[in-house]
Amino acid sequence: MSFLKLTASATAIAALSTTAAFARDNVQVAGSSTVLPYASIVAELFGDNTDFPTPVVESGGSSAGLKRFCEGVGENTIDVANASRAIREKEIKACAENGVTDIIEVRIGYDGIVFASQQSGPAFTAFEPADIYNAIGATVLKDGELVDNPHNSWAEFNADLPDAEIAMFIPGTKHGTREVFEEKVLLQGCEDTGAVAAMEEKGMDEDAIEDACFDVRQDGKSVDIDGDYTETLARIDANTNGIGVFGLAFYENNTDKLKVATMSGVSPSTETIASGEYPVSRPLFFYVKKAHIGVIPGLKEYAQFFTADEIAGPGGPLSNYGLVADPELAKTQAKIADEVTMGEGM
Amino acid sequence: MTDASLNSSDAPRKGSLHVQDAQTTRRNRAEARFKGYGIAAILVGLFFLVVLAVSIVRSGAPAFTRTVVDVQFTMSSAQVQAAENELFKTKAYQTAFIDALKTQLDARGMQVEFDNAAIERLLGKIGGDLRTFYAENPDQIGQEVSFQLPASSRVDRYLNGDLTRDDIEDSRFLMKADLDLVDALEEAGIIRGAFNWTFITGTDSGVDNPGGAGLGASVIGSFFMMLVVLVLSLPIGVAASIYLEEFAPQNKFTDLIEVNISNLAAVPSIVFGILGLAVFIQFMHLPQSAPLVGGLVLTLMTLPTIIISTRASLKSVPPSIRDAALGVGASKMQAVFHHVLPLAMPGILTGTIIGLAQALGETAPLLLIGMVGFVARGYPDGVMAGFTEANSAMPAQIYTWAARADASFYEKAWGGIIILLAFLLTMNIIAIILRRRFERRW
Repeated sequence: MSFLKLTASATAIAALSTTAAFARDNVQVAGSSTVLPYASIVAELFGDNTDFPTPVVESGGSSAGLKRFCEGVGENTIDVANASRAIREKEIKACAENGVTDIIEVRIGYDGIVFASQQSGPAFTAFEPADIYNAIGATVLKDGELVDNPHNSWAEFNADLPDAEIAMFIPGTKHGTREVFEEKVLLQGCEDTGAVAAMEEKGMDEDAIEDACFDVRQDGKSVDIDGDYTETLARIDANTNGIGVFGLAFYENNTDKLKVATMSGVSPSTETIASGEYPVSRPLFFYVKKAHIGVIPGLKEYAQFFTADEIAGPGGPLSNYGLVADPELAKTQAKIADEVTMGEGM
Repeated sequence: MTDASLNSSDAPRKGSLHVQDAQTTRRNRAEARFKGYGIAAILVGLFFLVVLAVSIVRSGAPAFTRTVVDVQFTMSSAQVQAAENELFKTKAYQTAFIDALKTQLDARGMQVEFDNAAIERLLGKIGGDLRTFYAENPDQIGQEVSFQLPASSRVDRYLNGDLTRDDIEDSRFLMKADLDLVDALEEAGIIRGAFNWTFITGTDSGVDNPGGAGLGASVIGSFFMMLVVLVLSLPIGVAASIYLEEFAPQNKFTDLIEVNISNLAAVPSIVFGILGLAVFIQFMHLPQSAPLVGGLVLTLMTLPTIIISTRASLKSVPPSIRDAALGVGASKMQAVFHHVLPLAMPGILTGTIIGLAQALGETAPLLLIGMVGFVARGYPDGVMAGFTEANSAMPAQIYTWAARADASFYEKAWGGIIILLAFLLTMNIIAIILRRRFERRW
């Protein structure tokens, strides 16, 4: 049995020697797939321009990233969580329970959410939030009655829209984009169509109304996409009537395949989003564990490099890729320099 | 007479064997039909194989070429000093390069109007390449160096014929007017297509720099993972199957183990990823995104495959070999290790290589242990670092590229598939050669 013994002891030694802690010298980032492109640009530049090793940036969605961020403090937890929405109270609490108390919130800029369809598809060129709600809301107002969404074609509720079958591809619930879509489009549309007023009349309270407005029909006319925008693009490519929800940067990289629609009469661009005219935009964030600053080399420098004027400011590589620069970048820079955590002087 | 007997259905068959009766015709027809189905099935399979191969090669071939700009460029030490004092150093290098290129083109007297911004749009992200070059070759500062640097992805796609003039809308990425400059530069021989070595040897790059992206680092990541898989799963798998096959008593307990091994082989690979995350990273505190952890997870996945194939090849060794060995006085262990195992070796090796090939193409478990994203950024410094430093693997890198907005990365994903398939094909051919060489027939 010497062969067996040898193998057994060899594996035991291997297992023992690998459990020894490894000193990590690179910044570890995870989270939103919307922030990932920007983070990967910055990570590459950070590696090229400083003496620190290139940070590792993983994808997976805002919620998944924040969950990992809140797992605790230590070298085997991530240092930075990317998020396409602000951190929730619930998540701050979960963080605190695991000892992650000092979190620095960094806003890097804004991102627009656009509605786009196939170049050669029907002329979807102008939407109102009400149109989107009528198309995919679970309960809509029809002839003064609240009914389960009966619409099959866009022309049924808005004669200006093409008579094409409703097929929307919206971000799944693990994406931060979904939250913005719900609040800025579905809730707005819910109000504009008068559904909110009708629900109030029925005696529903505010939370119930919000939940009802966020409800999306389940009969296959609206499809949740849990993957990346490339998956949405592939679904649109295969469906002439399909309308997808994309980030502005993604659309701008694929103008040869996609045709964008205006929202409330404003066409999306970095300018209209910066000025606030285009209604569907949201800030992008990353969150830094203060406890890791000084422990993980290059963490603070990474945050500072990310938000430097040359990088995140107008004309920098991030805005060149499609990020709408934050007009209050100087404030963010000062916040990182002083390591101001959430809840402190905010 | 024969006619009469053929026509009467009650009478026993008396006809000539050379004349087919109705039943024989029917049976022959059924056989011909079956052969037809078989050929049709093979043809359908071949058809899909050809469609797959053609579409992979067609989509992936552009990844192996890239458009480069040939320029003689001198950077003075003052310029290098100035650039090094900036925060965004690579940008300063890039600006210096663009200025020099503009001066050169003006001196040549190009027929097209253009400015520095136009040149910037045509070039890829070259600052990093320049800074790395001057950092590695400080003696070249102040000397004239001939550079071949990547053009932007849109220029690349335009020259490939993937984008046409009509597709391009004026944007900050590329203006329609820039294409005149591209055409003029191509005529002057400054812009040209070249084989893309970076794609094979390079590391991953940021989403705005498809020209600088390469699969090299993740090939190394895959290599270290396969090393872990081989070193762990071959001895454990072979030892386990020898014990189970040759030594273990036949009882309920060993039956249970056998059933479980077969079940384990059918477990979806993502389950091993979840297990790896919980055990290796969260419990044992091994580093995230490390090929070591990837290798351990894939070992779990490969073990059942190796055990099953090893047991099958041990079983296929005739009992007479064992009996003969035992009969001349060998111990059980000597019989196994001196006679049975060498004869079973080709089967074991084939099973191992096929198990490794399967592990090489696996993405799902790697998603959970942090090997997907912007990970494969550099070559490891040494062998130990190769196991523990964050790195990606080939299929994970392909998955990452396929999710990026720029269409050039999509091409790169297909190109990556070609390289991955080449590796798999090589491994399978080695398996076939080993089997042919060492196979014994009884």
